[in-house]
Amino acid sequence: MRRAGVVVVGGGPAGMAAARAAAGCGVAVVLVDAGPKLGGQYHRQYGPADGDRFAEALPEAVEHLANATVWAVEPVAGAHRVHVRVGAVDDPSRVGRVLETRALVLATGAYDRALPFPGWDLPGVFTAGAAQALAKGQGVAVGDRVVVAGTGPFLLPVASSLVAVGARVVEVAEANAAVSGWAARPAGALAGWSKTGELVRYAGVMARHGVPYRSRNAVVAAHGSEWVESVTVARLDRDWVPVPGSARRVEVDAVAIGFGFTPQMETAVAARCRIVDGFVEVDAAQGTSVAGVFAAGELTGIGGADLAAAEGEIAGLAAAKRVGAVVDPPLRAMAQVRSGRRFAAALAAAYPVRAGWRGWSRDDTVVCRCEEVTKGALLRAVERREVGAVRSLKLVSGAGLGLCQGRVCGRNVAELAGVEDAAAFARRPIASPIRLSELAEE
Amino acid sequence: MRITVDGEEVEARPGQTVAGVLLGKGVKAWRTTRGAGRPRGLFCGIGVCFDCLVRVNGVPDVRACQRLVAEGDDIRSQAGAELPS
Ligand SMILES: Cc1cc2nc3c(=O)[nH]c(=O)nc-3n(C[C@H](O)[C@H](O)[C@H](O)COP(=O)(O)OP(=O)(O)OC[C@H]3O[C@@H](n4cnc5c(N)ncnc54)[C@H](O)[C@@H]3O)c2cc1C
Ligand code: FES
Repeated sequence: MRRAGVVVVGGGPAGMAAARAAAGCGVAVVLVDAGPKLGGQYHRQYGPADGDRFAEALPEAVEHLANATVWAVEPVAGAHRVHVRVGAVDDPSRVGRVLETRALVLATGAYDRALPFPGWDLPGVFTAGAAQALAKGQGVAVGDRVVVAGTGPFLLPVASSLVAVGARVVEVAEANAAVSGWAARPAGALAGWSKTGELVRYAGVMARHGVPYRSRNAVVAAHGSEWVESVTVARLDRDWVPVPGSARRVEVDAVAIGFGFTPQMETAVAARCRIVDGFVEVDAAQGTSVAGVFAAGELTGIGGADLAAAEGEIAGLAAAKRVGAVVDPPLRAMAQVRSGRRFAAALAAAYPVRAGWRGWSRDDTVVCRCEEVTKGALLRAVERREVGAVRSLKLVSGAGLGLCQGRVCGRNVAELAGVEDAAAFARRPIASPIRLSELAEE
Repeated sequence: MRITVDGEEVEARPGQTVAGVLLGKGVKAWRTTRGAGRPRGLFCGIGVCFDCLVRVNGVPDVRACQRLVAEGDDIRSQAGAELPS
């Protein structure tokens, strides 16, 4: 085992900024990322192209471990041991590597939240992030005729990327009020947000391609036998209850849905960081409740790539300081974080998930995709036994016990069942499933 | 490079994922669920949901959205999820 200076987990905007900042103070850094190329979600690079423009620009003090998945974080006296498997994804030939560090930066990002509706488990229903990742990373459109539905400004870059790879975006359905409202209103709650210019550009792409944008609309059902052939789009009231008589059938071969993001929490949970309202709690130096563990990016709150990078820079410097480097306070990044968090809060307030979604699904709608637990079965299990905590909810209903370990269904199941502590679904023994043969090797 | 998908030869490029190759060919589903035998393909696209499981060179339960293709890979659809293995 080698003792590294700073170890950074995650190579998105936050992790890359942390690695650069720590290396800039002369500290040796290992940057561990699951992907073949750096960039994370926002800066996802096109896979088939040669090279990795971010890896090539890293300072020499940074060792980049690509195709490297952290599957466990183990607290040891005064430090943490980070267990990594490196190699072809999910292959038993991966090799293990253990990094021990006194300064660990977690920057594992987030993934889309998807809400269940009848037919959401049909092939052809994707998360918005999947459509985005496939378009950016593989140059592939998830379908020829696509509806993009959900809430928040993220729907716009997804629609633009789909158009760029040749899909026809039939419409964008925003369940809340229109994004364009505040983009056009300079004094609005999100005024000055650095993303405004970017969004205006996406809106331009959509206007040029005649993509209709409908607020207070949602895909409430998908139809087809083997894959999606059409969807039902309905108008929603303020609470997201479909307005009677408003349902329309739209022919599509793909749907991309995104209702905000859920942080990728496993490594932080493994390191025993305190979690508040579903996010890792951090202080002004991005320090978590655990000494020597820092968190940055969407793990600490959903606020976009610029905020993630600013937090990453601060976390990297704080981590470097912990291992003895002399650092200047990052005043500019700290100001960026303050304004970024204000906009993030405004964003969250403007694009909430409203309770009406619970009525989109039927009794026979699968809510846990892995274990194929239906809403009816879940609610009956809850009724039959007194389920007060997530653990008993999982055991009683089977929801959240599948391979994804509740990442996809956790928040939805907890809300449907009326269980408070949805974040408890992130308490997973193993951050990323590995094979028994690999576990035996460790 | 050449790979095979359910025995059929397919042209692929380095840097493509298994899911990228399959969806690029118009294949939408490549797995059935253990319980109801329902078809599944890609869902989250970033390695989180485990819907996209596929068999690669005899090894089941490989996430197609994350796995990069390699010369000569034998990709096969799979029934259910076969972990632990
Ligand atoms: C699929 C998807 C697509 C998105 N596309 C856009 C977009 O186009 N535009 C936009 O404005 N916003 C986009 N977002 C929002 C995005 O979350 C943020 O803008 C930004 O990328 C967050 O930065 P981050 O550094 O916090 O995390 P991320 O960029 O998510 O980076 C996290 C990194 O950590 C790695 N990782 C996670 N767990 C482990 C582990 N256990 N071991 C090793 N590595 C690990 C991941 O592979 C990833 O590279 C997208 C989000 C998702 C989920
Ligand atoms: S599509 Fe979710 S893990 Fe591959």
